[in-house]
Amino acid sequence: MLESLLAYAELKLGPTWGWATYELLSSLAFIVAILVPLMLSVAYLTLWERKLIAWMQIRIGPNRVGPLGLLQPIADGIKLLFKEVILPANANKALFILAPIAMLIPAIAAWAVIPFAPELVLADINAGLLYILALTSFGVYGVIVAGWASNSKYAFLGAMRSAAQMVSYELAMGFALVVVLMVSGSLNLSDIVAAQGRGRFADMGLGALSWNWLPLLPMLIVYFVSGMAETNRAPFDVVEGESEIVAGHMVEYSGMTFALFFLAEYMNMILIATLTVILFFGGWLPLWDSALNAAIPPILWLLAKIFVVVSMFLWSRATFPRYRYDQIMRLGWKVFIPLTLVWIAVIGAWMQTPWNIWK
Amino acid sequence: MFEALLFYVFGFVILASALCVITARNPVYAALYLVLAFFTSSAIWLLLHAEFLAITLVLVYVGAVMVLFLFVVMMLDINLERLREGFWQYLPLGATVGFLMAAEMAAMLYGRWSGLATPPRALPPGYSNTKELGRLLYTDYVYAFELAAVVLLVAIIAAIALTLRRRKDSRSQDPSQQVKARRADRVRLVSMPSENDR
Repeated sequence: MLESLLAYAELKLGPTWGWATYELLSSLAFIVAILVPLMLSVAYLTLWERKLIAWMQIRIGPNRVGPLGLLQPIADGIKLLFKEVILPANANKALFILAPIAMLIPAIAAWAVIPFAPELVLADINAGLLYILALTSFGVYGVIVAGWASNSKYAFLGAMRSAAQMVSYELAMGFALVVVLMVSGSLNLSDIVAAQGRGRFADMGLGALSWNWLPLLPMLIVYFVSGMAETNRAPFDVVEGESEIVAGHMVEYSGMTFALFFLAEYMNMILIATLTVILFFGGWLPLWDSALNAAIPPILWLLAKIFVVVSMFLWSRATFPRYRYDQIMRLGWKVFIPLTLVWIAVIGAWMQTPWNIWK
Repeated sequence: MFEALLFYVFGFVILASALCVITARNPVYAALYLVLAFFTSSAIWLLLHAEFLAITLVLVYVGAVMVLFLFVVMMLDINLERLREGFWQYLPLGATVGFLMAAEMAAMLYGRWSGLATPPRALPPGYSNTKELGRLLYTDYVYAFELAAVVLLVAIIAAIALTLRRRKDSRSQDPSQQVKARRADRVRLVSMPSENDR
C-alpha cells in the first residue's frame, strides 16, 4: 500500500518532488505514531505510579476522577494547561522559558532511533546508541539553565547538584554500554537485539537465558541504577529534594512550564527502561520458543518488558530512602566506575578465550 | 543542492554564534552560544557522513566539557568593568595571535583548495564510518592512539594530584564500618524493675 502511495506521489509531482513529499509525509506520520502513544503513556505512567505506590503502602490511590480514577491524568493535564505561567521579576526571561523546552527536546528526539520491532524504526542509523547517549547528555542543560535563570538560591543549588550528578553517572553508564557494545559488536540498536537472539540457550529454545542480562548481570545493575540517577528519580532525587531545597530547579516554575519538566522526566524514565530492555532483555524477542509466543506480535513483547522495567523504577521509589549527596557521589565514582572498568577487562579477556559465547 | 543550502545555513549559524561567544557581555550567554556553535559544527560533520565524529563532538564537548564550564561560569562573580580595563594593553598581543590563526587557516584552505573541492566518493552499501575509524585507529595509528591515551591518563592523575589535599580538620565516614555496626555495639539494654506508684 505504501508503494502505491509513493507511485501516486511520483505520478502527480514528478520523481524528485514526489519522492521528497512522500518521504516527508511518511516520516511525519511515523513521528506522530510514536509521539501520541508516548504522550499518553507518560500521562498514564503518572497514574500508574500513584496507584502502584498507593497499593504498596496499603492505600487506594486516585479513584475519584472517572471510573477507577482513570481520568485523573487528563484532569491533571487540563489543570496545568490552564494555570498561569508566572515569570519571576528578576528571572532571566528568555532562558527561563527556554530551559523546559531544552529539557523536553532531547527527551523526545532520542526516540527517533528506538526500534520497536524488526524493521520498525524511524531512523535506522549505525551509531544509534551513541546518538542516544549524546542526546540524553544534552538533557542536563535544561536543569542547569532553569536553575540559573530562576535567580533563586534553591533553584541554583538544585542545578549545581544535578550538573555534578549527571556528569558523574554518565561515565558509569557509558562504560556499562561499552561492555554491551563489545559483546554485540554493533552500535545499531536493532543489531544489538538480533545479537541477543543467538547463542547456545537460544538454540535450545530458551531465548531468555541467552540475552545479555545473564552474562552481564553487574553491568545491568550499574546501568539501571545509573539510569535512575540520570533521570533524577528517587532514591537519587536530591536535585529536587523537597525536604532541603523545596523542588530544586523547578521551584519557580508554574503551569505548563512546570508540566514540561515532568513530561521530560517521565519520558526519560520510559526511554531508560526501553534501553534497558533493548540492551539487556532481548528487546522484542520472546522469552522462550513456542507456538503461542510466536503468535504474539514482537512489539507487544517489547511493550510488556518495558512495562515491567518501568514498574521497577516506581518500586524502588517506594522502597528506598533518599541517598545523601556525598553517598551518591561515592556510589558513582568509587563503586560503579571501578566495577565497570574491571568488568570491561573481564569480558575482554573472556572474549579472547575458546569459551567465548558471543561469536 | 539541498546539502549546499544546509551547509550555508549551518555555516551562518556557526559564525553568528561564534561571534556572540566573544561579544556577549554575560559569560553564561557566551558559554551557551559556544554550545550552539559545537552543535552546529557537529551538524556540518554529519553532512560529510562523519557521524561518529559528529556525535562524539556533542557527547564530549556539549555533554561533559561545557556542562562543567557552565557549572564554573555560573558560580563566578565577574566584574565586567574590571575585565575591560586592560583592553588597549592586551590589544597588540591579541591582534598578533588572531592574525597568525587567520594566516594558518588561509594557508591550510588555499593550499589544498583543489583537493577539498572534489566531490566525496560515493559510499558503498553497508559502509560504517564508526567501523572504518576504529579499524584505522587500532591498526595503522595504534601507537599514536595509545600514546595519546597515556598522555591523557598522566594528565588526569596530575590534575588529581595537584588538587588533592588532606585537611586535618576534615571528617569522613567509612561506609563499610557503618554497615558493620550492630545493635549490640551501640545500645545496651538494661533490665530495671519498674517504679512503684506512691
